Amino acid sequence: MSGFLLSMQGAVSQGVLWGIMVLGVYITYKILNIADLTVDGSFALGGCVCATLIVEGGWNPLAALVISLAAGLLAGAVTGFLHTVFEIPAILAGILTQISLWSINLRIMGGKSNVPLLKSDTIFSWLVDATGLSQSMVSLIIGIVFAVALIIFLYWFFGTELGAALRATGDNEDMIRALGVNIKKTKMLALMISNGLVALSGGLVCESQKYGDINNGTGAIVIGLAAIVIGDVLLGRLRSFGSKLTSAVVGSVVYFLIRAIVLQMGMDANDMKLLSAIIVALALCVPVAVDKWKLRRSYAEGGK
Amino acid sequence: MLKLTGVQKTFNKGTINEKKALTGIDLHLKEGDFVTIIGGNGAGKSTMLNMIAGVYPIDAGRIILDGEDVSRAPEHKRAKFLGRVFQDPMKGTAATMEIQENLALAYRRGQKRGLRWGITKAERQRYYEELKTLGLGLEERMTSKVGLLSGGQRQALTLLMASLQKPKLLLLDEHTAALDPKTAAKVLELTEEIIREHHLTAMMVTHNMKDAIRLGNRLIMMHEGRIIYNVSGEEKQKLKVEDLLEKFGQASGGEFANDRMMLA
Repeated sequence: MSGFLLSMQGAVSQGVLWGIMVLGVYITYKILNIADLTVDGSFALGGCVCATLIVEGGWNPLAALVISLAAGLLAGAVTGFLHTVFEIPAILAGILTQISLWSINLRIMGGKSNVPLLKSDTIFSWLVDATGLSQSMVSLIIGIVFAVALIIFLYWFFGTELGAALRATGDNEDMIRALGVNIKKTKMLALMISNGLVALSGGLVCESQKYGDINNGTGAIVIGLAAIVIGDVLLGRLRSFGSKLTSAVVGSVVYFLIRAIVLQMGMDANDMKLLSAIIVALALCVPVAVDKWKLRRSYAEGGK
Repeated sequence: MLKLTGVQKTFNKGTINEKKALTGIDLHLKEGDFVTIIGGNGAGKSTMLNMIAGVYPIDAGRIILDGEDVSRAPEHKRAKFLGRVFQDPMKGTAATMEIQENLALAYRRGQKRGLRWGITKAERQRYYEELKTLGLGLEERMTSKVGLLSGGQRQALTLLMASLQKPKLLLLDEHTAALDPKTAAKVLELTEEIIREHHLTAMMVTHNMKDAIRLGNRLIMMHEGRIIYNVSGEEKQKLKVEDLLEKFGQASGGEFANDRMMLA
């Protein structure tokens, strides 16, 4: 296979693994209607916890992922606590947790900013050994299995009484409070699930890349938003909740494909964050600009 | 059913913007009472309803609902007793959720929400029948998002939602004020029907004195955070708009220019 196709395949599998993070961002950004900046910290947290447990603790790589998820739930709970109990604006509460996680992540990895997993087993190396498939193929398969399972889980959860109350919390707080729901609890729960998924994704990416890194999550929230926006543009016509979740993961895959293509075309990897920011900014600006343009055009002096 | 004793509330206490919203409210409602509440802007009508619902904590006094002291209970804990319809039609429903989902949320008011499926098949059938009684054709649009409905339709839906799980007390806070006259009349008609059919105890704030006299078995007038007039039964039936204006004039020392009460 040519180098180009290989890098595209790698991009798709990374896109699916990061797609699990995008599912987490979707919960806060689209359902709860807040931009939760904890994400950058909790994504790195998932990777750091996973790498440390496997390398230092000799843990089973699957069990390490479970602990990553739990660590993410906890990080979300901290943001939720600051936001609901002390009424700190969600963005600021997220930033506070994110910043503190940077120090905590360094502590977890014993002061090292990078922990390689070169000689350790991961769920990916298990499957490579068992099937003989290529690393990126295995990443893709495991990513899809996790993504599908989580989409099914989220679809089920948001269809339950509790999940419906959570969606209503994001839609109309006054209404759902009047219907007897403690919105502190629902917000807390949403932030926990969201960051749990983000940290799980961080753990998976760490195992597939074979290293945990303190800087892994930097800009994750922007990637998440970009993926959601791309998914919305591509599959926004689909209305069902399941397809909305799927489009978030598809958006992530497309984002990583775009990234791989521009890198192949010779763009400096360091400029990628700028490109991501521009994609998100454009996606947020265009609908507003189009509306304004339409309004202006619809004006006719004296009517028609 | 509802007992308010010495309920007080002051907003922005100790600041230059201090506002004594309620200065000692005593009110006793029997089961099946339908009270209309009138009074000028800032008289404390909405504040009283909000205090009963627990939107803000009260400063003093007691609120007993159905035998339970809820004076210091948070809003979401009182919800099991109360059906509420707000002035703003946007406030009572979730716009991005389906009509049937909104009904299912309301049906579970005050109950524990667990991991059972959010809406059952039997419920759907019931919602279909209930929506039909509104006569707005909403029963054929049960999977439409509520955001697509008009203000009047949303207000009618909110009314249905408030009565789906029979409330001990229905609180209507100027719920027709934001609607055009024809829609307002229709929503008011539905209100009467629902209250009569389910034998609800209800409180309705209104600026329309004719409605206030015509509807319900009791009427109270508020001024500067107090109840200044409280009538029921036959005395209420015989009231005329002029009587109310006169009462209000006496209480406020004749100054009621620039007041929405005059318009009714």
